Amino acid sequence: MALDRRQRREKRWKGTSRLDEGDRPSRSVVVALLLGCATLITLDHQGGDDSLVEPARRVVGEAFGPVEEVTAAAVRPFSSVPSYLRSKGSLADDNEALERENAALRAEVRTSDYDRNRLREYDELTRTAARLDHTLLPARVIGHGSAQSFSQTITIDAGTDAGVHTDMAVVNSDGLVGRVVRATRTTATVVLILDPASVVGGRLGHSMEVGFLRGRGNLSGTGRLDLALVDGTVIANEGDTVVTWGSEDGAPYVAGIPIGRVAAIFSSPRETSRRAVIEPFVDFTSLDLVGVVVPAGTEADRGLIRAEGEDR
Amino acid sequence: MTLFRGVAALLLLSLALVLQVSLFPHLAWRGVVPNLALLVVVGAALVRGPQTGAMLGFLAGVLVDLAPPADHVAGRWALALVVVGFLAGRLRQETRPSASAVLLAVAAASFLGSSVFALSGLVLQDPVVPVAEMMQVILIAVVWDVLLTPLVLPPVMALFRRLEPARVAWT
Repeated sequence: MALDRRQRREKRWKGTSRLDEGDRPSRSVVVALLLGCATLITLDHQGGDDSLVEPARRVVGEAFGPVEEVTAAAVRPFSSVPSYLRSKGSLADDNEALERENAALRAEVRTSDYDRNRLREYDELTRTAARLDHTLLPARVIGHGSAQSFSQTITIDAGTDAGVHTDMAVVNSDGLVGRVVRATRTTATVVLILDPASVVGGRLGHSMEVGFLRGRGNLSGTGRLDLALVDGTVIANEGDTVVTWGSEDGAPYVAGIPIGRVAAIFSSPRETSRRAVIEPFVDFTSLDLVGVVVPAGTEADRGLIRAEGEDR
Repeated sequence: MTLFRGVAALLLLSLALVLQVSLFPHLAWRGVVPNLALLVVVGAALVRGPQTGAMLGFLAGVLVDLAPPADHVAGRWALALVVVGFLAGRLRQETRPSASAVLLAVAAASFLGSSVFALSGLVLQDPVVPVAEMMQVILIAVVWDVLLTPLVLPPVMALFRRLEPARVAWT
């Protein structure tokens, strides 16, 4: 019996070693592959936005975009099942939802400060009106980048066919989500404002002070942003609302999109500016329907949400 | 035959990638999802050896690097998965794939793959993430990958065993 098993094992070992002979020239192949990786990294790292890898990215994106779209559509009914099944905690959830709504309303009241300040600056008024008269292109999230890649990105199901191009702002009903960095025909890649590489110009709605918001990643469960105010003497108050300050021609960010509220403030003697931690309004763990801010008069393959029309 | 095998491997990797991007984020814990592409590479390498492992790792890595939501420097996952595929393939020569050996191999491969990716990020300064957070993500990823191993590895290994070229030498 024992002998039998041993023989069998020997046979197996023999079988494996015979297999290995076919797998001999592996070292040179591996070296070639490693060199290939190094070449790819160098090309993409040195090339920046117009590197030789971009066309390859676009091709793969064109191929995978529709597949991801179909998969996301198939998964969506199931991903919403837990919310139907939740019955025990439904009261708590209601409470939470109401609290959130309350907070949102309070935030709205705070943004009115911002609007009032805006109105005072007469020469800015017309430009603001023109800027805020933006059009939203509805899109759904069809893919999320994994945390293992240490960047926060999503794919949405609207691409150049729908008039989406790089450097457009993406929002949802709660506030700013991110900006488009790359678009294929049917999909676009969006970098969330939580991404460590993302920098957004922000303005405190209360005091009109400007600063820069940097993402801190999404690891602490809920994402947070760091706001460094340009003027070190200004003190942000907890609960202040932060909105985008806007860029030239509204790209990537138009002015006045709510981003989040101040959750905590730090100041260290070593730093010249004060750092405030911002809790974004958007719940990035449950992103689904988003809107891409497109210029008025964009030709799209779907219905657009206009500023004056009934929206959302 | 080789072409057929290549196409089959490509289809399997694409399926893994799409599930990783579009299905598993709904189940993600702290944004970390199981690295299905890595599981496929490890499964293939354990059956087919270092050369196939490395080649498949390169293919899988390039796909992960280029497919839509990715925005990091291309080639980083390719590098990580080539290393993983090669070393997992080397493992096969010494151990026969018992369940616990496969689990260990997956845990080691997952840790190694995520670490190589994270280290390449530190060298290139691609994302500016503190090392402590990197470790946290890597360990969660190991747990995820080990959890998914019983579901993913047996069919993958069976498939690659089926796809093995017919051996001529029956001495």
